[in-house]
Amino acid sequence: MNEILNMQDICKSYFIGEEEIKVLQNVVLTMHQGDFLSVLGPSGSGKSTLMNIIGCLDIPDSGRYLLTGHDVSNLDETELARIRNKEIGFVFQSFYLLPRLSALQNVELPLVYSGLPPSERRKRAAQMLSRVGLGDKMRNLPNQLSGGQQQRVAIARALVTNPSLLLADEPTGALDQATGQQIIHLFEELNRDGKTIIIITHDCNIAAHACRVVHILDGRLTEKELIPDAAGKH
Amino acid sequence: MLLENIKMSWMNIVKNKLRSFLTMLGIVIGVASIIALISLVQGASDNISSEVTKLGGNKILINIFGTPLKQGLSINEAENIGMLENVHGYSPTISGKTSVVYNGNVMEGISVQGKNDVYFTTDPDLLHSGRAINILDLESRSQVAVIGSNIVKDLFYAIDPLGKKITINGTSYVIIGTLKATTGFSLGSTNDTVVIPYTTAFRSLGVKTISSLDVFLDDTNLADETVMAIKGVLNQAFNYKEDAYTIFNMGDIIESFQSIMSMMSLLLAGIAAISLVVGGIGIMNMMLVAITERTTEIGLRKALGATPFTIQLQFLIESIFLSIIGGLAGILLGTLLANILAALIGVWVSVSLPTYTLAMGFSAAVGIIFGFMPARRASRLNPIDALRSL
Repeated sequence: MNEILNMQDICKSYFIGEEEIKVLQNVVLTMHQGDFLSVLGPSGSGKSTLMNIIGCLDIPDSGRYLLTGHDVSNLDETELARIRNKEIGFVFQSFYLLPRLSALQNVELPLVYSGLPPSERRKRAAQMLSRVGLGDKMRNLPNQLSGGQQQRVAIARALVTNPSLLLADEPTGALDQATGQQIIHLFEELNRDGKTIIIITHDCNIAAHACRVVHILDGRLTEKELIPDAAGKH
Repeated sequence: MLLENIKMSWMNIVKNKLRSFLTMLGIVIGVASIIALISLVQGASDNISSEVTKLGGNKILINIFGTPLKQGLSINEAENIGMLENVHGYSPTISGKTSVVYNGNVMEGISVQGKNDVYFTTDPDLLHSGRAINILDLESRSQVAVIGSNIVKDLFYAIDPLGKKITINGTSYVIIGTLKATTGFSLGSTNDTVVIPYTTAFRSLGVKTISSLDVFLDDTNLADETVMAIKGVLNQAFNYKEDAYTIFNMGDIIESFQSIMSMMSLLLAGIAAISLVVGGIGIMNMMLVAITERTTEIGLRKALGATPFTIQLQFLIESIFLSIIGGLAGILLGTLLANILAALIGVWVSVSLPTYTLAMGFSAAVGIIFGFMPARRASRLNPIDALRSL
């Protein structure tokens, strides 16, 4: 299987005044095409920093990060933006839909930055909205949609460029239990279709849906054995 | 992408209608005042220029004050000047102030000027009706007069003055013509003047010498040399007493007048440009507020793949948009203002294409210059911090 992600000895630290805080220490992580991984950790454990580095929003201080075989550890801002556009689909806890754009226009947004012509953008965005079950809500503004629907729009937006990696940061954090379950099922479905997915969460129940769970604590990553029933589902 | 940016900028401007309007107001006022001021000054300048030019750029004015021994220029000396190289002709003035009487009505303190035929031939616009003074009048010292428009109005209300007899300084003259009324900024108004042949004036006004002389040139480029030659004649006549006379080259006067006007124009435009700078600061302020408000949006766009350049372009386009819309509104308002002011003051305005181009260029430049810093700041926002800010 294709290797999507390969991180070797990733370190990242911040300075607060004179004091150095080691947020990530020698993180090693590998993922293959079709993997469904959860990163589980309490707040302050370094999981946000890890997500930023995986999502090419930030670069590590040291170590090597290969994304679909390309080294992205030392790229500049513009190159990182292009990689994010092409390879990463983000799903955020609070959706981050632009309030003045319709669902369709929100989904089109990444394709605008890919430089696709308008007609092609619209076609692909409409397909993706239908895929997440919102084919009839394309013209709606975000505030005319429920929380679950908004997150579906955000997922459609993350998928529309056909990225190598879907990166979700607490995707159910702002949703009620039942809606959260539906969103998790959508992720499982997408994974069955071959999508590579990382869910970052502090919630064991959410993490349990993934095939692999890694724990992060004080900047160190430890991988548990496969969770039997999650593996059984696969 | 560019089209997308323009669409997005437009949406943001429309969404914040009041704020956008107030921001643009600075530019509107700046551009409007530039247009109005330049147009007005240009109009006034054109107006005065054409009047001054009418007086003749090819003319040298000589005023004689004389010395205690010699009060003015004699006819012979005037003829000597007339024979100098590059002199096309000359027109002497013998002037006096006296009363004019027609049909029992008296006008006091009228300027009576003795002139020759050259005075009339060099300016074909001088005459309103009748005929000019000609060589025959001069040779035979005819008792004829050409009168100014105010005299026609006061003495000949509803009467054709041509052929009528008036009494000047006790002597009777036949009116052969009337002068066109001069208006507006006109220099050297002839409305209150009576013109008679200078040969006649010598006798009837009791003046023996010429008090001023207009010399007309063939080639204005050689004016300086001719002025020197005239000085030579005058110095001989007045025994090298330079304060006995003054010489004005009208060409010089017109030139310096025009340079003063264009300086004035620049000065006023400079003052108006200050208000544009203030408008620019307004735009910068609004853009900075917008960026703070839209930090999350910027972070999200970056996460979705917008490069720093794309973000910078989006905000730059927005500020240029604001300033150009403001500039267009300013042009409309400025043109309107210039015309209203012109109607009030009573001069014509000249709103020219270069003025519009200047104003538009200025406002676009303001948008770019004052939009650049905020746009750059937006483009440098760290997407992580930007997303976290919500």
